[in-house]
Amino acid sequence: MLSIADALAEPWRLEFMQRALLATALASATASVVGCYVVLRGMAFLGDALPHAAFSGVAAAFLLGGNVYLGGAVAAALSSLLMGLLGRRGLLKHDTAVGVVLAMAFALGLLLASRRANYAVNLSSFIFGSPLAVSWGDIWAVAAIGGGVLALVALFWKELLVTTYDPAMAAALGIPVAMVEQGLMLAVALCAVVALKAVGIVLVMALLVVPAATAQLLARSLPAMMAMAVGVGLLSSLLGLYTAYYADVSPSASVVLTAAALFFLVLLGRRGPRLLLRRAPWTGR
Amino acid sequence: MSGVPALLVEDLWAGYDGHIALESVSFVIEEGCLAGLVGPNGSGKSTLLRAILGLHRPWRGLVLVFGRPADRRQMGYMPQVEVADWAMPITALDVALMGRYGRLGLLRRPGRRDREKAMEALDRVGMAHKARCRLQELSGGEQRRVLIARALAQEARLLLLDEPFAGLDAPAQHELLHLFQGLRGEGRTLLVATHDLTCVATHFDHAVFLNRRVVAFGPTGEVLNEDVLQKTFQRHLLLVREGGIYAEHS
Repeated sequence: MLSIADALAEPWRLEFMQRALLATALASATASVVGCYVVLRGMAFLGDALPHAAFSGVAAAFLLGGNVYLGGAVAAALSSLLMGLLGRRGLLKHDTAVGVVLAMAFALGLLLASRRANYAVNLSSFIFGSPLAVSWGDIWAVAAIGGGVLALVALFWKELLVTTYDPAMAAALGIPVAMVEQGLMLAVALCAVVALKAVGIVLVMALLVVPAATAQLLARSLPAMMAMAVGVGLLSSLLGLYTAYYADVSPSASVVLTAAALFFLVLLGRRGPRLLLRRAPWTGR
Repeated sequence: MSGVPALLVEDLWAGYDGHIALESVSFVIEEGCLAGLVGPNGSGKSTLLRAILGLHRPWRGLVLVFGRPADRRQMGYMPQVEVADWAMPITALDVALMGRYGRLGLLRRPGRRDREKAMEALDRVGMAHKARCRLQELSGGEQRRVLIARALAQEARLLLLDEPFAGLDAPAQHELLHLFQGLRGEGRTLLVATHDLTCVATHFDHAVFLNRRVVAFGPTGEVLNEDVLQKTFQRHLLLVREGGIYAEHS
């Protein structure tokens, strides 16, 4: 019979599981940090849209034999610029602008993918994620991009903080608000690229939003919120991959569901008694 | 006092998408004044403050702050409160520290001196003991005082405050007013946008009455009369004389 220690150690004896864990952990750590801004600014829709937009670049790079990370990054960056431009000029409301560009870029990706029927199978790994097929090359790329994103967040810490908290004040202090916001969109786009193989385009938003939302329930300051979000992200990666290994289910889906389970656990722990005990108001009947 | 006015606005025109918000606005605020910017909703108060700060580009006109073209870093600004995101996990000290950001420039982080200045500013508004509190945990009046501390941390001589009294109960309003009077006593100049007439009538030295145009400006006692109020508030106002003070009813 397998001891508990053996059971815990067993998956990590396989190199593809080690790579899966590294890739997922890198992706969730990066996305958790950037996700704090996504949650605090209420831009979850953008967090869903930019990964979808990145897909067009991934598909194009795949068909032309180029680097899929570069392709995805370029497409997401261009899309974020276009969204910003349409939204800022007052042509459209911001979420409408995001919706238009999302639909266009994702459809373009599907169109490109449909040009070569046999490639569509491989491309689906980018849509739904395939952490078990990650190569060491992928991990280096993800580490480099993720490290770059985190460095940018650290470098522009005070600018991001004040524009998130009070954009009018930030502008009054002489901080280039539009540029900082564009930069943040770019960081979200790069998170999509980092998480491409680990969880796939459809579930990137989960890594951006769920750990940060969990941390928001607990944290008293932004650095604490980020640290907790990273903790939740890493724990979800680990537990999710165990579940995938032993239950033989999709690893990206189990990572995301684990994160969601942690969110609801924390929510119940913090607000549970009140959520459950609060009665519907007396209506007089 | 240097004799140069703290704020001079001359023939300022501004608006949005062809809609005029400010029409040939001219007035002067002397240094060391507590001045009210009075007008009904939609009279252009916020637009005027934003134009003074350079956040809204005017169509034409001149703004001089202490005799020089406006440098927004010299001006402490408190935007309308609903603009800020109160759900953010951030402490009173973090907010006060933001007042230092403008001096730091891109990429530089606040240092110990900046922290000291921020703490001094919190102390000045009586909030030093709550420096580590999350903003959400503070009352409405305390939150306003933290925002004023942020403007003080900027070491600005001119403070532009947009509706600081909105949503506060009477005691909190009174405390805030007391703070404003204290700041004026230290030689700062305050321009406070409000539609609270009673407060301006009884506590402010100067007033600018605005309704797209400047209806009147000057020492409150001289400019506050029925004609000015009628022109400023039009049908939004019912005047009741109460021992020489005008009460406002929207």
